[in-house]
Amino acid sequence: MISDDLLGNDAHWAFGTDFEDPLAGVDTTVPDGVDPAALARYCLMLGDDALVLSQRLSEWCSRAPDLEEDIALANVALDLLGQARLLLARAAAADPSVVPALPDDSPVPAEDALAFFRSPAEFRNVTMAELPNGDFAETITRLLLLSICRLAEFESMVAHPDAVLAAVAAKGRKELAYHRDFAARWFVTLARGTAESRRRVLGALDGLWAFWPELDAPADVEVVLDQVFAAADVSRPEVTPARGLGRECVHTEALTDLLAEMQSVARAHPKGLW
Amino acid sequence: MSEWPLYEVFLRSKRGLNHVHVGSLHAPDDRFALMHARDVYTRRNEGVSIWVVRACEITASSPDEKDPMFAPSGDKVYRHPTFYDIPEHVPHM
Amino acid sequence: MTVTETELAGHFEATVARGDRVEPRDWMPEAYRKTLIRQIAQHAHSEIIGMQPEGDWISRAPSLRRKAILLAKVQDEAGHGLYLYSACETLGTSRRELTEKLLSGKQKYSSIFNYPTPSYADVGTIGWLVDGAAICNQVPLCRTSFGPYGRAMIRICKEESFHQRQGYELLMTMMRGTDEQRAMVQESVDRFWWPALMMFGPPDDASPNTEQSMAWGIKRNTNDELRQKFVDMTVPQARALGVTLPDPELRWNSERQAHDFGEPDWHEFWAVVKGNGPCNAERLDRRRSAHEDGAWVRDAAVAFAEEGAR
Repeated sequence: MISDDLLGNDAHWAFGTDFEDPLAGVDTTVPDGVDPAALARYCLMLGDDALVLSQRLSEWCSRAPDLEEDIALANVALDLLGQARLLLARAAAADPSVVPALPDDSPVPAEDALAFFRSPAEFRNVTMAELPNGDFAETITRLLLLSICRLAEFESMVAHPDAVLAAVAAKGRKELAYHRDFAARWFVTLARGTAESRRRVLGALDGLWAFWPELDAPADVEVVLDQVFAAADVSRPEVTPARGLGRECVHTEALTDLLAEMQSVARAHPKGLW
Repeated sequence: MSEWPLYEVFLRSKRGLNHVHVGSLHAPDDRFALMHARDVYTRRNEGVSIWVVRACEITASSPDEKDPMFAPSGDKVYRHPTFYDIPEHVPHM
Repeated sequence: MTVTETELAGHFEATVARGDRVEPRDWMPEAYRKTLIRQIAQHAHSEIIGMQPEGDWISRAPSLRRKAILLAKVQDEAGHGLYLYSACETLGTSRRELTEKLLSGKQKYSSIFNYPTPSYADVGTIGWLVDGAAICNQVPLCRTSFGPYGRAMIRICKEESFHQRQGYELLMTMMRGTDEQRAMVQESVDRFWWPALMMFGPPDDASPNTEQSMAWGIKRNTNDELRQKFVDMTVPQARALGVTLPDPELRWNSERQAHDFGEPDWHEFWAVVKGNGPCNAERLDRRRSAHEDGAWVRDAAVAFAEEGAR
């Protein structure tokens, strides 16, 4: 394997120290008092949010408004992909029964089995993450809403009794703080830019707001969000909440399509080595 | 259609070293220029310090000015005053 | 004192002859400037258009590890394009102007990116052969006579070697996989071998600009020299990989201490250059819509910055 000389220690890589096995050298014993099945479910929730949003963001690659934004969105997608990989690996190590069955001689690692061989009805991501990208305003607004909540989740996860999860949180919170700042800056810019950009960002917010309750934001997140809205001169939309049931594995067609594409090569070669 | 102005980017790769010119980018304002510089030129390497400055605000001398052969090229509109040499010790070059 | 054009030209030529770099504020012949703009712009456009053929596989990469490597690689290409556009801007043009020339077909990009990528193995082959050929072309450019171009190339070459190695490593891994994967690798190499050889440009006797570019120190080697170097470098790599290069005339010539090889189909080369390749229209259309769809975003940011400045 070439991971060391090929990838070196470049901070470019938003991953752990070993690129082959994301949890190499980590004690994955589930601590006393933590239910392995519940831990795995929690990791899948957060891992699937990251994986699905990363997939959406990477669709911008070569299509962003300018080169600088192309690079920025890819950075966010790479961070989330790194988080997804760690969290899915943690889920598999905590409770191997969540990993889909593959032929005995399949070389597919557990986190890839979870990403590429589960059906949509086994994914636990929130609905907002799976919706199609829409325009740049929709992408930015979604990233703002999701990263503001995910950052709060990671801030509290730093104290999680599971040392692996606590370490994932400690690393990820810095990334998420940047994602939130990036999205907030663009959100305010679009809201106060031109008449067209304002119209687009308000429309994006209206469309996404129905899925906000599913994110179950704590009170302090609502406060931060209101600060961003104030800076953008935007008020909370009056929209009837949608019944987002992503956490219970109920999804829209958009996730089915996203996964069909994402999983196509892996599933065509279940015994393939990549 | 408007084009974002050009910025020059300088990085301090670790404490104790000078900021060194690493390249350029376009950004609508100073804050975005800093974010873009981080994304383009540090790929999120923690602990570095970044300077950004609008290219048009750099005042530069020309190395050839002492040379009798120097001719002012005032008729040419250059967007960059100059580039700068990059020492070997700066990472991610 | 008035300095004559002849004296300036003499100074410029002496600088180049000493192997010194020409810097943006130096006097330079108009033809030198135009040649540089054309070459650097074409190079920048190639990086940006080159994001597409591989980028199309990011969404389908078959492992999380491969997805990350590929996304990072395609992102690097955006970065390379950005460095090169910046180098070109020191010559008195702008990224917008260059983008418009790309979209109107006034400036070209490397023909290799007009070939389709129907197989995931193409990600590996592009890394190995296409990036490998690019490195052969680009390493000498680190010493090119125009300072900003050379400095951009130094950065780019450092990143490109990672690109080539990730491609080769993907192919090596696939060759250790299933029979089907091995067949995918061979099929992909069969499709990309000849287009990769064409990346060095037409044969020297059909390359009218080469002589002047070499005299100016913009170019350091002829097309045929670089093509030969690439073939000699690649043959042992192909052997180690276990694939066959699709050229019956390819063999070692001990007299020349180099490989003999067949002639690429130059009719195909010129057809693709002239816009009749399999994907020319598609590549430019994608670039055009990204540019046009992004206009309102760029405008909004400018409007907001102006509001802040007031």
